[in-house]
Amino acid sequence: MKSKRCAQVSQNCVACGCCVKVCPMQAISIWHGVAAQVNLEQCVGCGKCEKECPAGAIVLMERENAQ
Amino acid sequence: MKQKKHWYDFLWIVTPIYLGLGFFNIMFAWLGMIFFSVPLVIAIFGGGKLYCNRYCDRGQFLSLLGTKLKLSRNRPTPRWMVSPIFRYGFLIFFFAMFFQMLFTTYLVGAGAQSLKEFVTLFWTFRLPWHWAYHGTALPTWMAQFAFGFYSLMLTSTLIGILVMLIFKPRSWCVFCPMGTMTQLISKIKVGKMKKNETQARYSCECSCNKTP
Repeated sequence: MKSKRCAQVSQNCVACGCCVKVCPMQAISIWHGVAAQVNLEQCVGCGKCEKECPAGAIVLMERENAQ
Repeated sequence: MKQKKHWYDFLWIVTPIYLGLGFFNIMFAWLGMIFFSVPLVIAIFGGGKLYCNRYCDRGQFLSLLGTKLKLSRNRPTPRWMVSPIFRYGFLIFFFAMFFQMLFTTYLVGAGAQSLKEFVTLFWTFRLPWHWAYHGTALPTWMAQFAFGFYSLMLTSTLIGILVMLIFKPRSWCVFCPMGTMTQLISKIKVGKMKKNETQARYSCECSCNKTP
């Protein structure tokens, strides 16, 4: 069952890749070295990436509001 | 689920080895050119920020200290530090200092200045480092470059450790000049890619609409 929340990446992302390493679902990838990209199908909204992100660019939000 | 370890997960060892070697012989500072050139080559040839994401020894070293050894306070990085003004400003400042170092190297090479056997920390404080120079057969400008480059590497590592202690383990990555530059290169490449795609679509539309 999918959680109600999922990770969302803002424009502050520096594409350092810290979130990729901590994601237990391998739901995050770095898109062309520009920013992190979350696969909403795989994301379980655990928030590990949000805690790890040094730029504070990842926030958890309601899945229905996610883009 | 534990992820499988790869050889590149142990690259953190490179940071203490590099700084340690420079303590005994300053000429090892030249090895630091690898950390400057490899990320740029990867980004220019379309690898994006693969260096930051996978091979950055300093990033791994800071993660090890901050996360595994729990030395970081894990506080959020201040918003101003994440802002593009600060990130690009720091990139410009860092390169200005780099070119100043190159100019000093040129002056020593031209014989206008003598070799300065010290390491400059935070671009201000001069630390005596004469024991690390053994008067090699190489020209003095090479030694001057080594002193300057080692100063840059030591200063940036110390800044990285400082922000790791106060903020998140990898807060340095937010404003790392190499990271900012490789992201900028990636953005430019993506911009060009999109432009080419648009042009290709436009030219296809034009040729497809032509009546024979």
